[in-house]
Amino acid sequence: MSDAVLAGLPGAILLDEVVPARAPWDHLVREGETLRIVDLEGNQSGDFLMYAAHDDSERYSAQDTIAAQANIFLRTGSILLSNEARPMAEITATTVAYHDTIGGACSCESNTLRYGHHTKAQHACVENFLTSNARYGRGKRDMVSNINWFMNVPVEADGTLGIVDGISAPGLYVDLTMRMDVIAVISNCPQINNPCNGFNPTPLRVVIAAGGATRV
Amino acid sequence: MSRSVTADPQGARTHARAMAGTRVEAMPTVPATAAADLPAGVAAEAMLWEETLGPGGYAGKELERGARLSLTDLQGDACVSMLLFNAERPIERLNVADTVKVQWNAYLQAGRLLLSDMGRPLMSLLEDSAATHDTFCGPSQERSRPSADGPAANWSSHPAARGRLLLGASKFGLGRRDIHPCVNWFKGVRIAADGTTVVQLGPFAPGRALLLRAEMNLLVVLANCPHVLDRRPGYCVTPVRVSAWRGPITPPDDPRRRATPECERAFLNVDEYFRR
Repeated sequence: MSDAVLAGLPGAILLDEVVPARAPWDHLVREGETLRIVDLEGNQSGDFLMYAAHDDSERYSAQDTIAAQANIFLRTGSILLSNEARPMAEITATTVAYHDTIGGACSCESNTLRYGHHTKAQHACVENFLTSNARYGRGKRDMVSNINWFMNVPVEADGTLGIVDGISAPGLYVDLTMRMDVIAVISNCPQINNPCNGFNPTPLRVVIAAGGATRV
Repeated sequence: MSRSVTADPQGARTHARAMAGTRVEAMPTVPATAAADLPAGVAAEAMLWEETLGPGGYAGKELERGARLSLTDLQGDACVSMLLFNAERPIERLNVADTVKVQWNAYLQAGRLLLSDMGRPLMSLLEDSAATHDTFCGPSQERSRPSADGPAANWSSHPAARGRLLLGASKFGLGRRDIHPCVNWFKGVRIAADGTTVVQLGPFAPGRALLLRAEMNLLVVLANCPHVLDRRPGYCVTPVRVSAWRGPITPPDDPRRRATPECERAFLNVDEYFRR
């Protein structure tokens, strides 16, 4: 395989798909497998949640993850924790300096506050998460603070924060090696009112490889 | 040998009833209208809730739109984790990410709103003499609070906050899936330029207080436990006084409604919700 996107991934390629701009995606990723998410065209936010396959009331927790690493940014080596403070995955590699987990997902409802009621009818990440989660019997109760791969949310000294121009670029990626079997859910963010997608939503590529760098 | 005073039901009843009137620090005042030391300007008849939560204490309460909720850090080392739900439809709840993102600021202070996941304010923070709060780190956990005294379980003398929130939510029929990201009051977390969380643990001056206003009909769940990043030895948390009373619904000319364009639209959304 000469495809540079697959470089460095350990083990057999189990899945290799493109998530169209604005679309949801979900898949089982087993312990020890690596999920690579590739920002094909650059600065495309990939909103991300994951749920333990054995009991989906255990799920990614942004707050537990931040508290345990005492840092808001997700980087290589970050351990993604569940609401039970158990490791769900590790960022085993990323070619972007850091990713966001405080900015949450865009929704039709929050868009009305952020931009005006004219944006209520626009597609949003919560719509994608609800769509994917419904396939597994999950609903709005299961929505929690998510990860935004390839999204840049700095916090200034006085607490001012915002989604600003991205620090990703075409072909940059993040690798997650799973520490438990999870259902990974991505919303390929459709937001067009802030720079999280460069005002132009584009596709992501997702690859699942059988072996992980830190198989446990 | 003398017979035990609780050897028969009558004796046990007498023994139990003899406890009546006992006062301890961590307890509710029932009825709340009997609260001593009423908040300034509040009539006894308006009181809805008066309770002191001790170290590890938790409580839940339904509050109507307009109600005021005050939290007082009595000794300067309280840490109150809070969950909020729309009482009419608890599927709507506090969204910490939206709260900080929509208001363009992560450090809660007077004038800020606590936003739901439906684009509406659940509460307004009217007054705040503490200004050290945390929207990042969530509740302490059994696994994140290793202790020399054994697991920080609900049955222990030093429970972690998440277990307390789970119990509080359970008593409204809610469960593990409903334990959303929370706000921690009184302990601050600031973010350094490299993203590091810098915790402000105090202990602070006694008597720091918050005043919140319910903007919708709410279920409020509180837990008073050491902050997740509090690495001091022992179980460092002191009692918090919780008071609530009836108050007027936010009037159309409330200046806080127009503090920012985002606030204004949030209040328009809550007005619309109650247009029925």
